[in-house]
Amino acid sequence: MSLRRDAARRRLIGILSLLVATVIFILPFLYIVLMAVKTPQEAALFLFSWPAQWRAWQNLVEVVQTRNYMLLLAYFNSTVITVGAVTLLVIFGAMVGYVLQRRRSRWNRVIYVFLLIGLMVPPAVVPTIWVLQNLGLFKTIHGMILIQVAYGLSFAVLLYRSFIASIPRSLDEAAIIDGARPWQVFFRVILPLLKPVTVTLIVVQAVAIFNDFTNPLYYLPGRENVTVQITLFNFQSQFQSQYNLLFMNILLITIPPLLVFVFFNRQIVAGMTAGGVKG
Amino acid sequence: MATRRPSPYPYWFVLPAAVVFVTLFLVPTVASFWFSLTRWDLFEAEFIGLDNYRQFFREPFLVQGLVNTLIYAVVTSGAKSVLGLLLAVLLTSGIWFQGFLRSVVFFPVLVSTIGVGIAFAALMHPTRGAINLALATIGIEGPAWLSDPALALYSVALIDIWKGVGLATLIYIAGLAAISPDYYEAARIDGATRWQQFWRVTVPLVRPATVTVVTLSLIGGLRSFDIIWATTRGGPGFASDVLASVIYKQYQAGFYGLSTAGNVILFLLIAAIVLPMTWWFSKREVDL
Repeated sequence: MSLRRDAARRRLIGILSLLVATVIFILPFLYIVLMAVKTPQEAALFLFSWPAQWRAWQNLVEVVQTRNYMLLLAYFNSTVITVGAVTLLVIFGAMVGYVLQRRRSRWNRVIYVFLLIGLMVPPAVVPTIWVLQNLGLFKTIHGMILIQVAYGLSFAVLLYRSFIASIPRSLDEAAIIDGARPWQVFFRVILPLLKPVTVTLIVVQAVAIFNDFTNPLYYLPGRENVTVQITLFNFQSQFQSQYNLLFMNILLITIPPLLVFVFFNRQIVAGMTAGGVKG
Repeated sequence: MATRRPSPYPYWFVLPAAVVFVTLFLVPTVASFWFSLTRWDLFEAEFIGLDNYRQFFREPFLVQGLVNTLIYAVVTSGAKSVLGLLLAVLLTSGIWFQGFLRSVVFFPVLVSTIGVGIAFAALMHPTRGAINLALATIGIEGPAWLSDPALALYSVALIDIWKGVGLATLIYIAGLAAISPDYYEAARIDGATRWQQFWRVTVPLVRPATVTVVTLSLIGGLRSFDIIWATTRGGPGFASDVLASVIYKQYQAGFYGLSTAGNVILFLLIAAIVLPMTWWFSKREVDL
């Protein structure tokens, strides 16, 4: 009796929650889609309405062509930055996490303090621009990659360090006895074993870097350096009367995170909750 | 001979990461303390003592930015913690559509902040926005969300909560999963109601997750920039300016010294809030 009542209750609460969640979380996304396929005149009304006329393809082509294919350039730049930064984060982060976990010394405390500073302290923007300028890295894609590495490093190291603790030392020792050099032990034995946490790190950081707006805004100005988030910023003023294109742009840059979400949901959840080191 | 053998965990492994981190993060952070005491055009820095800070605290709109930062961080962090815990309890209670609902709540975390900001700016339009039109159908006259100076900051905070609550929920779900069912079993045998179980078992035992959520969302809230920039750009007037947007505006205007002083103030503010909080949390941990 009570079990059946419990089941009915869970069904009722489930259905109610679904309704509420639809209104609060799904309708805003539906709104973006609807706006993206409207005519400029209709989109300018801002109404939450079914489009009188579907212009999905035409809007898509127009957005892509705007300002001499700026969106494609932005996609290219964002991809290069994301892939470059994530690759370095994986290698550097794992190397530091490995030494930090395996070797116990007073240096560890120092490194640990720096890691926490890296997680907490907001970057000093203008002095960073000054450093970048002196190094010839300001307004360059590789400068932007190194910035993302510097800012993401703490999270990567802490994530790897806690995972490496679960890998038995006897594995390293066996490889050392077999005559492997330290870098061979790391790259041939340890790094392959870190695959689950590496996938997690790649997914979480890739989404974060792809979605980053503030850092490219400061460190990567210039038309040829545009990144996907900056396109929205540029188009926001240009598309004053063309909200349909602005929303189509939002839709287009939401697709990569959506795909990541569909295919790597589990890894994202693991990364976001791993010791809760970062948001 | 054995003593001369180098460690299998050489410190040069730390070197590449350390070079990047020190050059691009630590050096600018340390340098910011010096540059905040100067009039600076990126090439020449003229020492002017504490003038930038004096100016900062004399300008009412800059002070308002500081106050707004605190309000914004407390409101978003508080709401995310409370709603996140309630949602996590709901989404671990075995209701229908549970897995799907978790995904739905979490997905906004992964979406472009600027995109979300632009979409909500349209949805919150005072006369034509969907939110106010929906409120009108049930006879409520909706406010001018983002264009009312008294409300703008809270409206932006609301969007931030909408976007970020999924992460808090996720962390709380992991925290709830770590609580042994034995505690609930024991509480039930003692005749505890669901309400009592929530307050006496769930809330105390989910503490580590609470610490994580509060700390993360507080730091995030204090540093928040893109959502504010995408919706109000600190306006109307300076009504929703926060430290991060002040830093950007002063930078754009070419006041690099003042902008850097803003950075230092933000740094000190975060340290002044987060460090005692971490200490307090870890102290209470021992008491338990």
